[in-house]
Amino acid sequence: MDYFKLLLLGLITLFAAVASSWGHDLAYQVHAFLIMVIAAVMFVVVLRNVDEPKPVAPEGEYLDGVIRAGVIATAFWGIAGFLVGTFIAFQLAFPALNFDWGQPFTNFGRLRPLHTSAVIFAFGGNALIATSFYVVQRTSGVRLWGGKLGWYVFWGYQLFIVLAATGYLLGSTQSKEYAEPEWYVDLWLTVVWLAYLAVFMGTIINRRERHIYVANWFYLAFIITVAMLHVVNNLSIPVSIWGSKSVQVFSGVQDAMTQWWYGHNAVGFFLTAGFLGMMYYFVPKQAGRPVYSYKLSIIHFWALIFLYIWAGPHHLHYTALPDWASTLGMVFSIILWMPSWGGMINGLMTLQGAWDKLRTDPILRMFVLSLGFYGMSTFEGPMMSIRAVNSLSHYTDWTIGHVHSGALGWNGMITFACIYFLTPKLWGRKEMYSMSAINWHFWLATLGIVLYASSMWVTGIMEGLMWREVDDQGFLVNSFADTVSAKFPMYVVRGLGGVMFLSGALVMVWNMFMTIRGATPATAALPNATPAE
Amino acid sequence: MDTYSLLRQIADSWVLLAMFGFFVGAALWAFLPSQSHAREDASQIPFRNDKAPAQAKPAQPKGQSDD
Repeated sequence: MDYFKLLLLGLITLFAAVASSWGHDLAYQVHAFLIMVIAAVMFVVVLRNVDEPKPVAPEGEYLDGVIRAGVIATAFWGIAGFLVGTFIAFQLAFPALNFDWGQPFTNFGRLRPLHTSAVIFAFGGNALIATSFYVVQRTSGVRLWGGKLGWYVFWGYQLFIVLAATGYLLGSTQSKEYAEPEWYVDLWLTVVWLAYLAVFMGTIINRRERHIYVANWFYLAFIITVAMLHVVNNLSIPVSIWGSKSVQVFSGVQDAMTQWWYGHNAVGFFLTAGFLGMMYYFVPKQAGRPVYSYKLSIIHFWALIFLYIWAGPHHLHYTALPDWASTLGMVFSIILWMPSWGGMINGLMTLQGAWDKLRTDPILRMFVLSLGFYGMSTFEGPMMSIRAVNSLSHYTDWTIGHVHSGALGWNGMITFACIYFLTPKLWGRKEMYSMSAINWHFWLATLGIVLYASSMWVTGIMEGLMWREVDDQGFLVNSFADTVSAKFPMYVVRGLGGVMFLSGALVMVWNMFMTIRGATPATAALPNATPAE
Repeated sequence: MDTYSLLRQIADSWVLLAMFGFFVGAALWAFLPSQSHAREDASQIPFRNDKAPAQAKPAQPKGQSDD
């Protein structure tokens, strides 16, 4: 096995060295160089340990090391993604922030995919991988299957993130929203993802529980569907093996439909099904009560799975897509409201008989808030998918507001709550270092989201109305630049919302650091209050 | 008949019916009275095996926590 590894790593190093020299474009050359260095280092490490006895994994313990790494990576990429997001929010308000000296690497067009990929795939993806490994081990009652394969998934995924992020800055993109990475990065992610599927499935198959807990159904649906979406949407032919450019197999409206079939199901299965897996495990754990209705959770699962996959065409109203297709997408989007709210109610009602814990437990409060935002954005989404509403909302900042109330409110808050749940458990501490810091995080993040969402509603509806305003002669009243200048104050408010959300996350990182370092909580009894003299 | 129309016709009729039937079946199965104990038991899974994997003993008695 070691000799095979050495052979493989040696060949990769050689190929990458040639590629970094022959590469046609900067991004490809930098990536080839990066891979060459990583493969060479791994080669040396494997070489030094050849024929050494391998440590045997203890069967009586869970594999938690990879989850610890995942929790830290989640926090790290979260800060990176929020920081870039806040910066590009201010770039929109103050275009001078597209510094001349940083062109073309730091302009809005290149930083925006960096932001979206960092928060969705790096922050959200790491949170999903870490929590799914935690949940599948506990609910199956066995150690993670595949030995070191779990670590391969973790590091392979980090490499994917680094390749994607540096690629965007260096101008390598296939121009598909949320699927920007070029062909070789896509291939790498496919390999890592199949390993992830193998680890997860292997653990479930080995389980010592009769039943597969519902959280695992959601995680499994997320893993399988994302694999399918990723492969189909990234079908492309590289122009050359020595360059990053590739040409899509689909073209025209078929390409658009494939893209939004992918795009909406990235929302549906990555940001919804996966995170519902978190909800079905961590909310009952934190509340100390089983889920409100296990029967409802089964209906929730199958309804969500059957409906989401059809909703994509609502992104293509009033385009070359046939009317029947966009009507189909719209109808399924509206039907989706029901399972979404069924799931939200199931999560919220889990607190039945434990509502009083909300007063004392800021982590539970975060879970409840995230469910609230889930309910809100799954009501807003179906409404915006209606063709008439979409004619006003599409291409405006309303869409951005909708996405962020879901992403910051639902995905962000539930991830923060899971981090607060996991950190003390994984590092063997009793609880987080500071409960009041969790409270601060809760309010900073909540106010940040409120500022963000409300300013985007105002500016989105305003610009939608301004675009369609005609005078009595039938001429358009506003030029595009008029709408841009009218939006300025709202852009500043949105940026401030981002600053608050980011500072809340920084408070969390400090709290995590103190907890992991093992500092004793600052709850020492105050000295008896002596009057100031 | 070209491939598209053929697939479209199958998708519109039997596949649609099969998927809908599967969904209704899953919903009925979820609420089957005889399964209610299994549902109850499954909902308790998160409260078992929190610290360490379950011991490899043949057929753990149903509905009992081991910690």
